[in-house]
Amino acid sequence: MKYIVKAVIGQGSCGIASGSKKTAAILEAVGIPVEPTGCIGNCYLEPIVDFHFADGSSTRLVKFDEEAAKKVLSGEPLANYIISEEDERYLSGQKRIVLRNAGVINPEDISAYGDYSALRNAVTHRSEEIIQTLKTSGLRGRGGAGFPTWFKWDAAAKAVGDTKYVVCNADEGDPGAFMDRSVLEGDPHSVLEGMAICGFTIGASEGIIYVRAEYPLAIKRLEIAIGQALEKGYLGENIFNTAFSFKIRIKAGAGAFVCGEETALIASLEGERGMPRLKPPFPAQKGYWQQPTNINNVETFANIPWIFNNGGDKFEAIGYEKSKGTKVFALAGKIRRGGLAEVPMGVSLRDIIYGIGGGIKDGKQFKAVQLGGPSGGCVPEELLDTPVDYESINQTGAIVGSGGMIVMDETTCMVDMARYFLDFTRNESCGKCNYCRIGTKRMLEILERITEGKGEPSDIELLHELADKVKEGSLCGLGQTAPNPVLTTLRYFGNEYYDHIFEKKCTAHSCKALIHYDINENCIGCGACKRNCPVEAISGERKVRHVLDKEKCIKCGKCIESCKFNAVVKI
Amino acid sequence: MNIELEKLDKLLDKYADAPGSLITVLQNAQEIYGWLSEGTIEHISGRTGIKAAKIYGVATFYTQFRLKPIGKHLIMLCKGTACHVNGADDIAAAASEHLSVADNETTADGLFTLNYVACLGCCSLAPVMMIRSDGGEETYGSLTNAKVRQILDDIRAKEAAAE
Ligand SMILES: Cc1cc2nc3c(=O)[nH]c(=O)nc-3n(C[C@H](O)[C@H](O)[C@H](O)COP(=O)(O)O)c2cc1C
Ligand code: FES
Repeated sequence: MKYIVKAVIGQGSCGIASGSKKTAAILEAVGIPVEPTGCIGNCYLEPIVDFHFADGSSTRLVKFDEEAAKKVLSGEPLANYIISEEDERYLSGQKRIVLRNAGVINPEDISAYGDYSALRNAVTHRSEEIIQTLKTSGLRGRGGAGFPTWFKWDAAAKAVGDTKYVVCNADEGDPGAFMDRSVLEGDPHSVLEGMAICGFTIGASEGIIYVRAEYPLAIKRLEIAIGQALEKGYLGENIFNTAFSFKIRIKAGAGAFVCGEETALIASLEGERGMPRLKPPFPAQKGYWQQPTNINNVETFANIPWIFNNGGDKFEAIGYEKSKGTKVFALAGKIRRGGLAEVPMGVSLRDIIYGIGGGIKDGKQFKAVQLGGPSGGCVPEELLDTPVDYESINQTGAIVGSGGMIVMDETTCMVDMARYFLDFTRNESCGKCNYCRIGTKRMLEILERITEGKGEPSDIELLHELADKVKEGSLCGLGQTAPNPVLTTLRYFGNEYYDHIFEKKCTAHSCKALIHYDINENCIGCGACKRNCPVEAISGERKVRHVLDKEKCIKCGKCIESCKFNAVVKI
Repeated sequence: MNIELEKLDKLLDKYADAPGSLITVLQNAQEIYGWLSEGTIEHISGRTGIKAAKIYGVATFYTQFRLKPIGKHLIMLCKGTACHVNGADDIAAAASEHLSVADNETTADGLFTLNYVACLGCCSLAPVMMIRSDGGEETYGSLTNAKVRQILDDIRAKEAAAE
């Protein structure tokens, strides 16, 4: 083996969960210097390790866990772990602006990030000039709604107030999305620099990052980054010898999806229950402690330094019609290559799911992709050529949202998906608006009834009616968008609702009440299922095909788990 | 109620008069005691002048706050979308059955508390759970029912050996 000068190991949450710290310990024990980096994006290949050799070359190793490291150290060829060309294309098919540093630099070392050149440049300009550059860039908020960023900054800059605030929304509430986590863990300085530029532009001297409590590593990396930036003088008093002072603190969220909504977030920052309030006044006029406040998403801020280093026109040149720049998507679900994908706006869903994500895993059939989480919708196969830009995706009934993309295959029941999201929003409704509080509950009850095989023909109409009322009768985006998963599944997968209600059938074999188990001719009579059945529903002689008593069966799945011959099936 | 008030008081010295810091105080108090008892809430109320009912209102709004003690190992089992699509319900059922507890319950021996959560941010490794104990937190991905049972048994065995 060539002499290894250092090993760079992906230590985002996913890398650590796959055992990258154990790999690091093994390598360190034999004297190889180890350096952490953030999430590289190919989460499905973690732990990912880059070996850097004395001759300046480097090699990327994948699925390089503790075992693999031990084997290589005792002589197994490295080649067994080198990333395949196909997997390399996962990254080369992307355009990385937001993730330019994630998985490349050591996020705990400010010198690896740079010298805050965008901020250094910005403080020599007037506020209007900065806003003009932003306007040229066409950047729109990445937190979900896609609101033009320059407009918000302009409003906050013009607002009158004693003290102004910059808030970074890192609540990332969409369950199944992890873009913001990766940016914070992999490149915290880009967010801090973006916030500082915003502070200078609108005249704020304090920034707050509201991070969800489930992200302890992101919080730790941010703390380190803030400390280093203060030390270097990129944050603090009289930044770059100007009159501009700016400090940033972290506020850990306490677990409430609705706190991602900006007015609820402000209430939470003030130590209250996170209940949204009516807009206007907008946070730009009356926000945190009734002072002008600009709130942007993590990814929005992470774009800012790039825009000021490269020019608004460069950013504008990337993307599509009214959606400029790139967007990071979190690919998960039944996808072969799950992870982060940053692509220019306007690329088709198909290119992301098949081109980058490699299509559906385990050779199954694609059914739908859920965009925008609980506020979004399911997009079916026939619309996969839709370009990802705010307007086109809205037309499908879904939303670009914050970038969560959950891919579903033939085994996912769309009625159950709608039920799942309604269960989530009902749980997370703050309870302020009647329609959101009770309407979502009634909708959930209907969906539960349908998935249990007790649906009635009038349920579809009732769902539509309630969906309209909940949308109209809710104050904030949570209630206004909560019916979207139901409406899109009704629109594109109406046949599945029909099957559940009229045929009492779940074609995806997912709804427990509508399926039963059986043993087919693959059975060799080994007895494993019989031994594992907790209710003695399986009988049969050894070496003879077993029989399953449907009356006794409780559909716990233990037989399926224990069968090595695929002989237990759901029908 | 016997609580070590000293640490809590130190915390309150810092935050009692800072407006808007109730959530931070509760988070730190929970860090100290593992949960928020009635005594803790009343003590915070006394020092900050915020009514206990209001503190209770805030504490029940957020899922992070616990009004019951928890076990030595807190199992955060993900039921986020990616995990749901990859069979989190079955995993949850397996964990629940193996420990004989439901969501938000603690095993009789005080070893485990089971908690369903929405997304741990490791969606590409779904289904996922995170177990938090004194030694920090550990995340487990690509779970199967058998793997969950194995992980729980391993922790049990380790605890038994330590006794
Ligand atoms: C229920 C609800 C949840 C939201 N959750 C988030 C979130 O987790 N992260 C986020 O950045 N924006 C979230 N938003 C959007 C914010 O209200 C706000 O539009 C956004 O932070 C503005 O930043 P941007 O202009 O950079 O997108 C949510 C909105 C609603 C209605
Ligand atoms: S959905 Fe389970 S970790 Fe994200």
